[in-house]
Amino acid sequence: MRIPCPYCGERDAHEFAYLGDATLTRPDPAAAEAEQAFHDYVYLRDNPAGAHEEWWYHANGCRQWLRVARDTRTHAIAAATAARVSGEPA
Amino acid sequence: MRYSFLSLLANGLSGQSRWTPAWRDAAPKPAYDVIIVGGGGHGLATAYYLAKVHGIRNVAVLEKGVIGSGNAGRNTTIIRSNYLLPGNEPFYEWSMKLWEGLEQELNYNAMVSQRGILNLFHSDAQRDAYARRGNAMRLAGVDSALLDKARVKAMYPFLDFDNARFPIQGGLLQARAGTARHDAVVWGYARAADRLGVDIVQNCEVTGFLREGEAIVGVETTRGPVRAGKVAVAVAGSSSRVAGMAGLRLPIESHVLQAFVSEGLKPMVDGVITFGAGHFYISQSDKGGLVFGGDIDGYNSYAQRGNLPVIEDVCEGGMALMPRIGRLRLLRHWGGIMDMSMDGSPIIDRTPVPGLFLNAGWCYGGFKATPASGWCFAHLLAKGEPHETAGAFRLDRFRTGHLIDEKGVGAQPNLH
Repeated sequence: MRIPCPYCGERDAHEFAYLGDATLTRPDPAAAEAEQAFHDYVYLRDNPAGAHEEWWYHANGCRQWLRVARDTRTHAIAAATAARVSGEPA
Repeated sequence: MRYSFLSLLANGLSGQSRWTPAWRDAAPKPAYDVIIVGGGGHGLATAYYLAKVHGIRNVAVLEKGVIGSGNAGRNTTIIRSNYLLPGNEPFYEWSMKLWEGLEQELNYNAMVSQRGILNLFHSDAQRDAYARRGNAMRLAGVDSALLDKARVKAMYPFLDFDNARFPIQGGLLQARAGTARHDAVVWGYARAADRLGVDIVQNCEVTGFLREGEAIVGVETTRGPVRAGKVAVAVAGSSSRVAGMAGLRLPIESHVLQAFVSEGLKPMVDGVITFGAGHFYISQSDKGGLVFGGDIDGYNSYAQRGNLPVIEDVCEGGMALMPRIGRLRLLRHWGGIMDMSMDGSPIIDRTPVPGLFLNAGWCYGGFKATPASGWCFAHLLAKGEPHETAGAFRLDRFRTGHLIDEKGVGAQPNLH
């Protein structure tokens, strides 16, 4: 499996570390349903067989976080984009 | 036909032509008391204990392919009960006790071999951790022995004891642990369940659930609808997909784990050995091949095949442990899909949906659990309450905070 890093080009998956599902959004801790929302955010996953948006970190490369679109049935990668949009404050 | 020395002799004298199929290839009936989705070891064991222990014989096991074609046929066949936490240890020890009587119970040769498992340690801190685990096992009534370097050397003189980075200081031994033949476990449970009247329906994929209001009252399959009083799901690897058809999201990610077999050798490794400085475990099959494995690949996958970095990592672990395997050729390797749960421990519980029960989240430790998993799932289905050894395997433990995290790495499934 090779991941097309937008900074480094296509690199072996060996160089990357995996975090997981990129579609999750950290809930608002001040919201009324925060306890339930945090349980779902921390523990529950859609875990699809097919298209999956996920976070990868190019640990042995440019050290940037990437958002990768990958098919969990074939490992085919459709896209890899920088997690942080250019110009966004760090 | 009951298998015995006499049946072997009689069939040998008649040219092996009178053996009958070990189980019926059943067609689904319109309704059952209990439907078990998934014809792996856990599903078949559940069906067997439902019929045997609880007298519930109007049971079907629905399998989308052929029985035992998933993880039951893809594991590295190790059985053990060397866990630390009180939520886990009594369950796995119950499983070990069931393994010890399994072949007589099923009248089937599952090749259970109590050849011992040795977990090596390579530092003072690791020795302390293993001493703690060994003591926890003893408190739960399980055998364990902390061996020093000399005793390990007497058992396995060929290990690389003076490895510059990871010198072997000793090991934690569970002598009652060992291996069993994975396919024979599946076939043994299938045959025994079938003899008690359980229908084993192959090539019958569940495609949806029949519902009456909130409750689930059966399943839609590729061979038509089948109604049931209770539907029990035991499809580790695909649990999220099946539960998704009932509208549930699970605390599970599916990951791929690879396993490896070398070319056949004369007897060399007579027990199970695990490397403590990396993730590598090895045993030798009765055919002579070295059976070994290591970490999961670490990313969500349903592909049943992995990638090269983990193969390299596993082989490096093997070389650090026993350099003499360096010239061996790999015969084959394969991947299986693991239900990686959020705390590394399994789930045997009812679900919030009435009529639906779940057996899932076995991570990469499902094979050793097969007998107790079936026993405890059957207990839950028959009695409506968890078995005493599986009381901690609740689905809602992530909400209540009663996690069973052996490794203490938190809600990051690819690290368990």
